Amino acid sequence: MSVIPHLRRLEAESIHIMREVAAEFANPVMLYSIGKDSSVMLHLAQKAFYPSKPPFPLLHVDTTWKFREMIAFRDATAQRLGLKLLVYINEEGLARGINPIDSGSLLHTQVMKTEALKQALDKYGFDAAFGGARRDEEKSRAKERVFSFRSAAHAWDPKNQRPELWRVYNTRIAKGESIRVFPLSNWTELDVWQYILAENIPVVPLYFAEKRPVVERDGTLILVDDERLKLRPGEAVEERMVRFRTLGCYPLTGAIESSAATVEEIVAEMFTARTSERQGRLIDSDERASMEKKKREGYF
Amino acid sequence: METALKSYLAAQEKKSLLRFLTCGSVDDGKSTLIGRLLYDSKLLFEDHLAALERDSRKFGTAGDDIDFALLVDGLEAEREQGITIDVAYRFFATDKRKFIVADTPGHEQYTRNMATGASNSELAVLLVDARKGVLTQTRRHAAIVSLLGIRHVILAVNKIDLVGYSQSVFENIADEFDDFAAHLGFLSRVAVPVSARFGDNVIAKSPNTPWYGGAPLLAVLETVDVDSALADKPFRLPVQWVNRPDLDFRGFSGTIVSGRVKVGDAVAVVPSGRSSRVTRIVTMDGDLAEAQAGEAVTLLLADEVDISRGDVLCAAGARAEVSDQFAAQLIWMAEEGLLPGRQYLLKLASATAPAQITALKHKLDVNTLDRLAAKTLRLNEIGNVNLSLARPLAFDPYTENRDMGGFVLIDRFTNATVGAGMIEFGLRRATNVHWQALDVNKAARSALKHQKPAVLWFTGLSGSGKSTLANIVERTLLADGRHTYLLDGDNVRHGLNRDLGFTDADRVENIRRVAETAKLFVDAGLIVLVSFISPFRSERRMARELMGEGEFVEIFVDTPLEVCIARDPKGLYQKARTGAIKNFTGIDSPYEPPEHAEIVLETVGFDPATEAAKIVAYLAQHGFIA
Repeated sequence: MSVIPHLRRLEAESIHIMREVAAEFANPVMLYSIGKDSSVMLHLAQKAFYPSKPPFPLLHVDTTWKFREMIAFRDATAQRLGLKLLVYINEEGLARGINPIDSGSLLHTQVMKTEALKQALDKYGFDAAFGGARRDEEKSRAKERVFSFRSAAHAWDPKNQRPELWRVYNTRIAKGESIRVFPLSNWTELDVWQYILAENIPVVPLYFAEKRPVVERDGTLILVDDERLKLRPGEAVEERMVRFRTLGCYPLTGAIESSAATVEEIVAEMFTARTSERQGRLIDSDERASMEKKKREGYF
Repeated sequence: METALKSYLAAQEKKSLLRFLTCGSVDDGKSTLIGRLLYDSKLLFEDHLAALERDSRKFGTAGDDIDFALLVDGLEAEREQGITIDVAYRFFATDKRKFIVADTPGHEQYTRNMATGASNSELAVLLVDARKGVLTQTRRHAAIVSLLGIRHVILAVNKIDLVGYSQSVFENIADEFDDFAAHLGFLSRVAVPVSARFGDNVIAKSPNTPWYGGAPLLAVLETVDVDSALADKPFRLPVQWVNRPDLDFRGFSGTIVSGRVKVGDAVAVVPSGRSSRVTRIVTMDGDLAEAQAGEAVTLLLADEVDISRGDVLCAAGARAEVSDQFAAQLIWMAEEGLLPGRQYLLKLASATAPAQITALKHKLDVNTLDRLAAKTLRLNEIGNVNLSLARPLAFDPYTENRDMGGFVLIDRFTNATVGAGMIEFGLRRATNVHWQALDVNKAARSALKHQKPAVLWFTGLSGSGKSTLANIVERTLLADGRHTYLLDGDNVRHGLNRDLGFTDADRVENIRRVAETAKLFVDAGLIVLVSFISPFRSERRMARELMGEGEFVEIFVDTPLEVCIARDPKGLYQKARTGAIKNFTGIDSPYEPPEHAEIVLETVGFDPATEAAKIVAYLAQHGFIA
């Protein structure tokens, strides 16, 4: 199947953005979160620099609570493409016993994702970091620039963003400051799946429906991915035909009941989807405008 | 489902994409209109809708109804204040088209964010409140979208329900706008009476406006022809990145911004003017025989040509222009006003070069489109300027090609994007006034004097001891048989710079003239001593960049302000403190100390002769005097 013109425009825009970063920054990195958007971003990076390899490493901030299938997919992907993969874990948070079940999603995300990311960026001195966020995901993301300035403390100042005109991106920063770059800004969830279909891009099998052991908790279906998820009184593990629209830490990510087992069927399911993909993300609903708050503190 | 999916994907392939923005004054209902479009075209997910209903009760301004503006005003500050601060991007599709909407703020103070949204749009939906009619901000936004090259505008006369669906109100507003917009070069202008809150004439024609014979807003958006035929213009590819995986492959990666290119085509490298032929068009999906505007590719050429980032590959028969001087329209985007003469960084396509504004010809009164005389541009003002670049760049006029004619200006110290410009034309003056090649040059002149020319640039507060030190250094050099000249701030202001005052703009021009004069003396082979407060880093950097490598020696006379005030040799601090002198450095005008001066001298508790000797020693060590 040939790529449709609309997707060709999005593809070219993303490639253009990536080449700007490679040309203008000394030490860029690509945040690789293993999800479908990361898969598309990585595929675009290969296209942007072909026949060279992408001139930057991948960085995965591991909370140690990702689905096991994600970690396996991550390692296989880095090996298949011959790319350097950095994995960073906030060891201090781990030692404090921070986890999504007992600590709550808010503290867990703060320590194991946001803090960990900042530590990793500081450790390696990255001056630019690609993220796979899209503007259609969430309201504060809809407001963010493609080249999004971060202070030396990794903070985002949403009220004072640099004007960003045409395809001319201001890449100038002082020492310690950095830019988060979002090459998929103008893609929608449907675009991402259509592109995965058209380009035959591998994604984690968790996106496809399968019988999986789940437990219903607070109205959400949680996959029992390992023994760390303890059942509460009255809870029972059931085998259900489920898949995931978005992937994160498994105790914080809700499955949906679905029979879509191929990319075509996922696209078909999206015709009739009446909820947004982030609905399955328990961390977003913690407090209103919580994404903006997290982003200001340095979250991607 | 299988066939339904196939036909769906087939339909997707035929869809075109329209990028548009909504703009207009505060409270005209821009965000509400977008919310309405998303809601009525059933593009709201249930969880978004639930959050919207929750937020409407908490923050809403629409009584018991859903407040659609809360869908797009995503920042906490926006929801609390009920205004739009920054541009938000929204996505929706109908059976005919895909849309990317930039919802831009109406407040004048956020005009730069509005320009951000407009720069990538093909059409503007300009909202007017039917009760208020055409306002200053309506005119401002119409002028800016026109300036940014948008050729299609829809005037949405909103809140038509609040004027009783009155035909005459609608027609008066449409006529008033027509009179103003007739001069703005739009190819299509359509006026639609709408109520974003109730949905009149948004998706479907409203029974409340039987007198309106036109199409509803969405139908106009679906059908307007915005094709700018970029692929039919001359081939341009600004080189972003040189692709060198191994010694045998040297590709030039970039996005084709106009025209098309085939294997075998002759191309020229601009500005260098060298030419070659395309041998391959490389992509990961296989080589292409041909590529066109909008595609991101990698080209291989037949010859070993020196090409780097910032160069533009052009059709050999239709090259981009080259100049180091332009006339341009400029939108100023920083709190600190424009300073003619100050050096900024200019970024155009993939090239970056130091640039300064050499003339501010006039600024635009957006309300009347009149041209007004101006000395500076303040935040959100639009002016017509001449720019001078440190090196020539390839360009096309903005009206021909947005990518080849649209640039931003960046402040060299804050790194902020301070302006956005649109090139009108290159100035022939630069192209035709070539350097006169002279037989006797700087090297010959300085050899005769047995010295290497240099600029000793003394900077520091008034009363810090610059002139004292410079005088001793010059006397020492003269006694040693060296050829020197001393430019002193106070003295120069009696002659060359007699017409300049002490505003920031005049200080910048003051330094520019002195630096150019020093440059001529250096060319004459002299060791030039410049004793100027020169409080701004950017001007000292500009002076440094005028000189040859190693010729500029910055000497920071680091005397604390309290000491200078106590010394006050000319009684100036006393006058500044009583207000008799304005803009006095250290009192009510800043001094930015150097970060990388070649020589730093302290004068408190040191003998001036000893300090001056350090400078002479530096000159000997670095081979200026043998």
